[in-house]
Amino acid sequence: MISAVDFESVSRFLKLHSGLILGIDKQYLLESRLLPLLRKFELADFARMAAILREQPSGVIAEAVLEAMTTNESLFFRDKSPFEHFTKVMLPSLNATRRPGDPLRIWCAAASTGQEPYSIAMTLLENPHLTGGRRVEIVGTDLSGEVLERARSGRYTQFEVQRGMPVQLLLKYFEKDGDNWRVKPNLRSMVDYRKLNLLHNFSHLGAFDIVFCRNVLIYFDATTKRDILSRVARITRPDGYLLLGGAETVLGISDAFRSVPSQTGYYVPNVPAMAGV
Amino acid sequence: MKTCLVVDDSGVVRKVARRMLEDLSFSVTEAANGLEALAACDIALPDVILLDWNMPVVDGLGFLTQLRSLPAGLVPLVIFCSAENDLDHIATAIAAGANEYIMKPFDFDLLREKLEEVGALEKAVT
Ligand SMILES: C[S@@+](CC[C@H](N)C(=O)[O-])C[C@H]1O[C@@H](n2cnc3c(N)ncnc32)[C@H](O)[C@@H]1O
Repeated sequence: MISAVDFESVSRFLKLHSGLILGIDKQYLLESRLLPLLRKFELADFARMAAILREQPSGVIAEAVLEAMTTNESLFFRDKSPFEHFTKVMLPSLNATRRPGDPLRIWCAAASTGQEPYSIAMTLLENPHLTGGRRVEIVGTDLSGEVLERARSGRYTQFEVQRGMPVQLLLKYFEKDGDNWRVKPNLRSMVDYRKLNLLHNFSHLGAFDIVFCRNVLIYFDATTKRDILSRVARITRPDGYLLLGGAETVLGISDAFRSVPSQTGYYVPNVPAMAGV
Repeated sequence: MKTCLVVDDSGVVRKVARRMLEDLSFSVTEAANGLEALAACDIALPDVILLDWNMPVVDGLGFLTQLRSLPAGLVPLVIFCSAENDLDHIATAIAAGANEYIMKPFDFDLLREKLEEVGALEKAVT
């Protein structure tokens, strides 16, 4: 059992280093996620773990704690509608306004195990006319090295490949790998995975045309959301787009982005917020 | 009410599928093999067919091939639902005219998603 003091201490560490807000009713969640780490690192108890997090907040144990507390659930073509906005609105408008041959850059800011970036990549391959032959770069980032490893490997269980994905796409873009399925190399090579904490600076990623920042801001408090959104806006091109998760919005949180009249589900930068990209 | 024909030689699978489909407001009929399924389609073509592969008398693929050659045989949406889970089987099923393919085991959410995928169900609002 974790004591109230240690719970408080670990919660503070999590908020500071990954943004995660843990309600005080989440003791059970914390214990069940961190118990395996006590064993793995041979720590006597949660008090010892809390002490180590205070003393070495960027050590190996600290990193493992941050990763263990992330929720990584993802689906291919999650919610469907983002991919409809992507093909019906975003790609046509960007393709029309960009010079022929100029590349497009897409950022998946919480890539998790890769379903989202691979869904984007498949959508691009299925709709070559929407990009007019231009190069499209997909960058997938996540806080957790473990999920990025899985994303890079492109391996999914039979159950995972069936959720959200039409079987025709499975036939085209996956191969059997024992009992599992694996993304074919041509699709895998379309996504560049990098480890990145959204609390840290990410301006080095360069400017993007479309940012998928889905189902990650929900874990943060309003101040953290506002800070991340304003920094995302700085690397989003003025005519670019932002997609959030189904339960997420910029409204009332940040004015770095605004919604488009009579359109729901995606956002565009409030142009003056963009500086020198 | 939309109709679904469940074709499977396992009574347990038919029962489980029936319960899920009824929860999704389908009117369900059952057949224990491809021959029974063809007889059922002769009486009335269902909107959707959930189709097992390995069955006695006439198997799923045999049924599908015959169904698709009937005058109105292209109308029903066919979702294969089989433990066969390799690329060859899936590709063969799609080439023979299946609209979707579920690799067993499956659960309610997966069945609902595949029904949405083929347009047999309104997509859940997200
Ligand atoms: C629920 S998944 C979202 C996956 C995908 N975008 C989707 O919508 O299906 C949330 C991901 O956010 C990542 N994450 C949590 N905090 C983060 C942070 N501070 N920086 C970067 N990624 C973070 C987690 O590791 C996890 O993989």
